[in-house]
Amino acid sequence: MPATESAGAAPQPAVRLTDVRRSFRTGKRVVTALDGITASAVSGAVTGLIGPDGAGKTTLMRLIAGLLRADAGRIEVLGIDVARDPLSVQARLGYMPQRFGLYEDLSVRENLDLYADLQGVPPAVRPARYDELLHMTGLGPFTARMAGRLSGGMKQKLGLACTLVHPPDLLLLDEPTVGVDPVSRRELWQIIDHLTRDAHMTVLFSTAYLDEAERCAAVLLIHEGRLLGHGPPGQFTADMEGRSFFATASLGRRRLQARLAQAPGVIDAVIQGSRVRVVTADATPPVATGLVAEASDLTLIPTPPRFEDSFVARLRAQAATPAPPPSATVAPLAPAAPKPTGDVISVAHLTRRFGAFVAVDDVSFTVARGEIFGLLGANGAGKSTTFRMLCGLLPPSEGTLRVAGFDLRTAAAPARGRIGYMAQKFSLYGDLSVAQNLRFFSSAYRLTGARQRARIEWAEAEFELGAMRDATARDLPLGFKQRLALACALMHEPDILFLDEPTSGVDPLARREFWRRINALAEQGVTVLVTTHFMEEAEYCDQLVIMAQGKVLAAGEPEAIKQGARTAAQPDPTMEDAFIAVIEAPRQPARAA
Amino acid sequence: MNAGALRRLFGLLRKEALQIWRDPSALAIAFVLPAVLLLIFGYGVSLDARNVPIALVVQRPGALAASFTSQFARSPFFRPRRFLTIQDAEQAMASRAVQGIVWLPSDFARRAAAGGNSPIGVIVNGVDANDARIIEGYVQQVWATWLTARAEAAGGSAALPLSAQPQVRFNPAVDSRDYLVPGLIAVIMTLTGALLTALVIAREWERGTMEALMVTRVTINEILLAKLIPYFVLGMGGMAGSVAIAVFLFGVPLQGSIWVLTATSALFMLAALGMGLLISGFARNQFVAGQIAIITTFLPAFILSGFVFDINSMPRAVQIITHIVAARYFVAILQSVFLAGNVWSVILPNALALVVMAGIFLGLARGTARKRLD
Repeated sequence: MPATESAGAAPQPAVRLTDVRRSFRTGKRVVTALDGITASAVSGAVTGLIGPDGAGKTTLMRLIAGLLRADAGRIEVLGIDVARDPLSVQARLGYMPQRFGLYEDLSVRENLDLYADLQGVPPAVRPARYDELLHMTGLGPFTARMAGRLSGGMKQKLGLACTLVHPPDLLLLDEPTVGVDPVSRRELWQIIDHLTRDAHMTVLFSTAYLDEAERCAAVLLIHEGRLLGHGPPGQFTADMEGRSFFATASLGRRRLQARLAQAPGVIDAVIQGSRVRVVTADATPPVATGLVAEASDLTLIPTPPRFEDSFVARLRAQAATPAPPPSATVAPLAPAAPKPTGDVISVAHLTRRFGAFVAVDDVSFTVARGEIFGLLGANGAGKSTTFRMLCGLLPPSEGTLRVAGFDLRTAAAPARGRIGYMAQKFSLYGDLSVAQNLRFFSSAYRLTGARQRARIEWAEAEFELGAMRDATARDLPLGFKQRLALACALMHEPDILFLDEPTSGVDPLARREFWRRINALAEQGVTVLVTTHFMEEAEYCDQLVIMAQGKVLAAGEPEAIKQGARTAAQPDPTMEDAFIAVIEAPRQPARAA
Repeated sequence: MNAGALRRLFGLLRKEALQIWRDPSALAIAFVLPAVLLLIFGYGVSLDARNVPIALVVQRPGALAASFTSQFARSPFFRPRRFLTIQDAEQAMASRAVQGIVWLPSDFARRAAAGGNSPIGVIVNGVDANDARIIEGYVQQVWATWLTARAEAAGGSAALPLSAQPQVRFNPAVDSRDYLVPGLIAVIMTLTGALLTALVIAREWERGTMEALMVTRVTINEILLAKLIPYFVLGMGGMAGSVAIAVFLFGVPLQGSIWVLTATSALFMLAALGMGLLISGFARNQFVAGQIAIITTFLPAFILSGFVFDINSMPRAVQIITHIVAARYFVAILQSVFLAGNVWSVILPNALALVVMAGIFLGLARGTARKRLD
């Protein structure tokens, strides 16, 4: 085989995929997870496998690790055909699955010992290797602690240490940073950078966080089992040069965003802080005046492109549909009604204990009507526990809770009638059709007769579910499931909407679509509470609290929280930078508002 | 096996031992579950009729009738209640207050005195056929005892031309518990053996640890051995506990040798663990694994092993099916070793069958196990 590399310095790819296909059968249905992927990963660098949930990232990882067999195509890892000799590949491979198999009732040290035995590390070299790994992961002081009692970020680092006990030639990491707090995430990246730079390890890294693309040497962008793009991240952003801008106007940011999203030549408009980030269809500079009729004072300031811009552009090109499909009821925004002030939700000194464990520790905040309020934090920070108490699903140990004027300790039922709740992972009845789900949830909220029919019709029209009426909920694409779940939560026209990790893992277009609806609801006076571990989603919120280990570390407007983290070294901090800053600051809740 | 493989196996074994020690669920399955089941079934399941409520209807009381009915009062099997008319007695039976009726007709004394055949009426509630047959037998036994006693009192022994002298072998106390408990041990160990391996492997799938193991250089043989060895030891411990309960608590005699018992138990344990391994090949969560283990191992063992229901009285097709139930062979061995001693003509063929069963299940488990996720 002749050398295909143009430059002599370019090494042989560590992974070579040729037209790889794989589908799964669930019942009568065949789901295509990978639909002809041809790509390669270079040696000694990080290759990012980037895409939303259901894109096929995990399937690809498992194929490369020899845990699954491809239906068609060829996978070559370190020069070995995986299908023919999986054991030889596995001997040179380190693989950290999404939920890494740590033995929770074994200590840190015992987990390391087990994997050292399994990887055939001779006892003589272990002390030095352990020292190195424990130093690298910062787990040195915790060797005797049971793995089950480590924090989420520490578990991930221990999982990484276990896969690295015997230094592999190729390291596969399946979403190691998703749901992990930003500090641990940053540390994980430092470890990965160290491995590729100093140990020349080849790393294949999958993630649903698009901002992590920039940290990879090369990126495979996957969507619905197909390769949307392949190359260094710079190449993705280079295509988008001169097409992204920050828009400001005296018009409210949500209205401005809604208008801009439908403006000609604009393919993307998202709220970021007090401004709206706009991406245009091509590089011809847009004319600010007249772009949005209502905003005569619109100004556009160029800003460097992001990886996400490129993903959105590719998705739009693929879908070949015009920017956000206009919706009859949402688009013509009613003139912003003067918002009745007053707090819809007030929480004071809320504490929840489970035995000796304090899940929520002295949390206080208030939410005004029509506000989008965010609870931001890593997995295990106490967001979901707070949420369950607010919905009246879990009694608090201490503190007061008022929702829509009702004290949840004494009047949980009437309060619940005013609440719409969309659970994480969209709790729908998978075996029921779209129409049956809508009918069921509306009757669960005691809607009957004409009113029930009217609400179901509204939901089908508003969420464009009419065409899918008879489809089984289980078979819906992720974005549709999310819409249906939102429709079900809104059947009884609640004043308050609770959203638990609503856009976790959906693709950027579905996320934008979702937030467009949420913004419209907020404009109509619905109060929205949302939990998320996506830092960027915090940008959509009017107010937010950052939680870690059950405590509120910071509260206020997103922009104010970000400004609080501004230093000479970081003149324009991101939400993630701000998060890290408040975590690392001395433990005093910084009141930024 | 080379040094690397030994080290991997040793590492897995040590991990398993630590887990068993720290997470008591495996210990509970091995020791607590058999003990609880054995106590429940041992005290609850009894095929003996004792203190059966029975109606006595004596139409014309007299000395003879009194001497007959006093037999019932003395018998440990019956708790007699007197009724004046047969209608009252029938009503009591309909309301399940009594299980049977013994009716002495008005001419009872006269015909007995005449030395002729004196008929008594016996009506038995046949809802439970097994109970009915037992009660019937007991009534006859009481009747025969009374007749003999009367004949002896009369100075002769010729009242009955033929008298049966029943002699019960192998279970001299005719205690059904002695017969049931060894069979129960086989049934219970089927369940615990299969549950031990099926559940712990399903737990590894649930917690994602199996996927992490799969990509190391560990081989499928090492994974299976690392599960088989510790749970074999644990299962044998549970077996020892069950035998101790049988012997010391229930007083079941152990006629045969403890070594035969240990060796055949080991064979059976391999078969039961093999079933568990086979189940774990396709059940990837603990709930499903538990359900499958109960339905495919416990129920067949309970119904088709011959521990309660006699295999010879089953339809031919069902009899054939019982041959694939490993517990069947073990029940036969246990009943023999406990009650009869080392009867090699029973033990050897059944032990051979257990070897074959263990081979089949372990072989199938090995054959279906893949170091892949699909």
